Amino acid sequence: MIRFDAVSKKYPNGTNAVDDLSLEFPEGGITVLVGPSGCGKTTTLRMANRMVEPTTGTVSLRGRDIREVDAPELRRGIGYVIQHAGLFPHRTVLDNIATVPLLLGWGRKKARARAAELLELVGLPGEMAKRYPYQLSGGQQQRVGVARALGADPPVLLMDEPFSAVDPIVRGELQAEFIRLQKELHKTIVFVTHDIDEAIKLGDNIAVFQTGGILAQFDTPERLLARPADEFVADFVGRDRGIRRLSFVNAADVPLRDGPVLPDTTSVPEVRAGSADKPWVLVVDTDRRPLGWAAVAELPDSGTLADATLIPLGHTFSLVGDSGRAALDAALLSPSGLAVAVDGAGAVVGVTDAQELAAAMARDDAARDETVTDEAVTGEAAASAVVTGDGGTATRAVMSDE
Amino acid sequence: MSDGEPLVRWDWIGDHVGELAHYTGVHLQLGLLPVLFGLIISVPLGMLCHRWRWLYPPTLTVANVLYSIPSLALFMIFVRYTGLTEQTVMIPLTLYTLSVLVPNVVDGLASVPEPVRQAATAMGFTAVRRVVQVELPIAVPVVVAGVRVAAVSSISLVAVGQLIGQGGLGYYITRGLQLDFPTPIVTATVLIMLLALVTDAVLVLAQRLLTPWAQDRGKTA
Repeated sequence: MIRFDAVSKKYPNGTNAVDDLSLEFPEGGITVLVGPSGCGKTTTLRMANRMVEPTTGTVSLRGRDIREVDAPELRRGIGYVIQHAGLFPHRTVLDNIATVPLLLGWGRKKARARAAELLELVGLPGEMAKRYPYQLSGGQQQRVGVARALGADPPVLLMDEPFSAVDPIVRGELQAEFIRLQKELHKTIVFVTHDIDEAIKLGDNIAVFQTGGILAQFDTPERLLARPADEFVADFVGRDRGIRRLSFVNAADVPLRDGPVLPDTTSVPEVRAGSADKPWVLVVDTDRRPLGWAAVAELPDSGTLADATLIPLGHTFSLVGDSGRAALDAALLSPSGLAVAVDGAGAVVGVTDAQELAAAMARDDAARDETVTDEAVTGEAAASAVVTGDGGTATRAVMSDE
Repeated sequence: MSDGEPLVRWDWIGDHVGELAHYTGVHLQLGLLPVLFGLIISVPLGMLCHRWRWLYPPTLTVANVLYSIPSLALFMIFVRYTGLTEQTVMIPLTLYTLSVLVPNVVDGLASVPEPVRQAATAMGFTAVRRVVQVELPIAVPVVVAGVRVAAVSSISLVAVGQLIGQGGLGYYITRGLQLDFPTPIVTATVLIMLLALVTDAVLVLAQRLLTPWAQDRGKTA
């Protein structure tokens, strides 16, 4: 879709903004350009719509050199979102969104009808249509900015740090909304950020740049974290990349064991007989929903587990929708060191601990290595390797508690 | 001024209502047309100064030097070419507005936030369309602030034109001095002040209607 061939941008003062960049942005995916300030990521983005012209090399869109296209005409076919939204203060929200359709000569009525649709698409109420930008919050302005970029339904979107000027909570909302929108729209998106967490969260592919406009690595987020190409990338993705990688492990693929799970109707002597060697038992109700942890040594002399003082769980992780990262967090917060896995109904399925999670990740790596050798690794291929490679269900069947 | 003569003789005003209305109209025209002409010159000039910043300092210097020339001297220069006509009054007044209007156009264009300018370019506005549809509309509040100053000062300056017989309400000031009769002087002075106030109020109102999007409306009026 968008292709950079040996593109360089040198400024008259001798600085290299971008150095011999060859890169293809896959169609229908989000490619994140990330790197420290001054690494040329924004310059690269702006070369895709001729806001910046390369010194050497060519940029092509759908096989056509973009220099053959008149710049304003080219830009009307490419959505653009910037950090501070850059909304037109003198136009209403609706007319801001209708900007590109109006430039394309759609006529006011049709352009506004389209804008009203987009307002809804980005999750803003219809009564905002008549407001002016100064009457909106930063997050709302940014949503309007996204809607405006989608005005003429361009196949390509360029986004320059679109969520970095809002507070972390609003940023999280905007990112989630953005992921939802992209699932619906399948645009080819080039997204610039300096925030590696944002890159990993949003990117289908990530291009890490280093100072001087040099592309350090172009890979999927999983592979970037698992196998940084060099020290710079390893350093840039951070020391906690091990933990970040767990985000890509599906909770359903985490190996589980049965653990010391007992219903609250169990009598204390029974517990003592069966679990004398274990410091903790997990107490559940009749539907196997977890109630809390009981310390075996501190149980009363008689009665059932219902009479025991229970220590709260911290939190559980769900096999439906959670990631390995939630599982690790649950393990770290649990008094027993064991993370409790629940199914969709909230019933206990099994437990795991931090060491087992680490082992699972290592197996995941091994599985990935096998696929690397025989297929080109895409996100999906790597993900399916996790499922087939370590046979999640088989592992889960292993029970016994040491 | 003779003793016993009141400051204002209301019967005189009553007898001259029609004439006063006529001169008020002439005064308004002599005061406001130069502002309009000044704006027609300042907008493109300000745009050029905004586009090529090196043009701005010399342009501003010329406008300020023009403003420093006494009106009497300018009238005498233009009388050679345009005679004792309204043009002879309006040309200097037009030149005087430039020292206020050109900087305001330049500042107005500079008040367009950089992200807005970039967004406009990235959306696919051509350079001309961007200036006309985005930058100039956003510059309106700052430009109108300049127009208000220029209009008020121009209206009060018109009276000096009476030196060549074209002073609008200034006519009554010279007549009153000649006849040692204060009523016309006071009446004309009050009318000129009223004209300036009303003009200013109309401009404020016009700006509110033109720029409902401005954040600080109501605060600065």
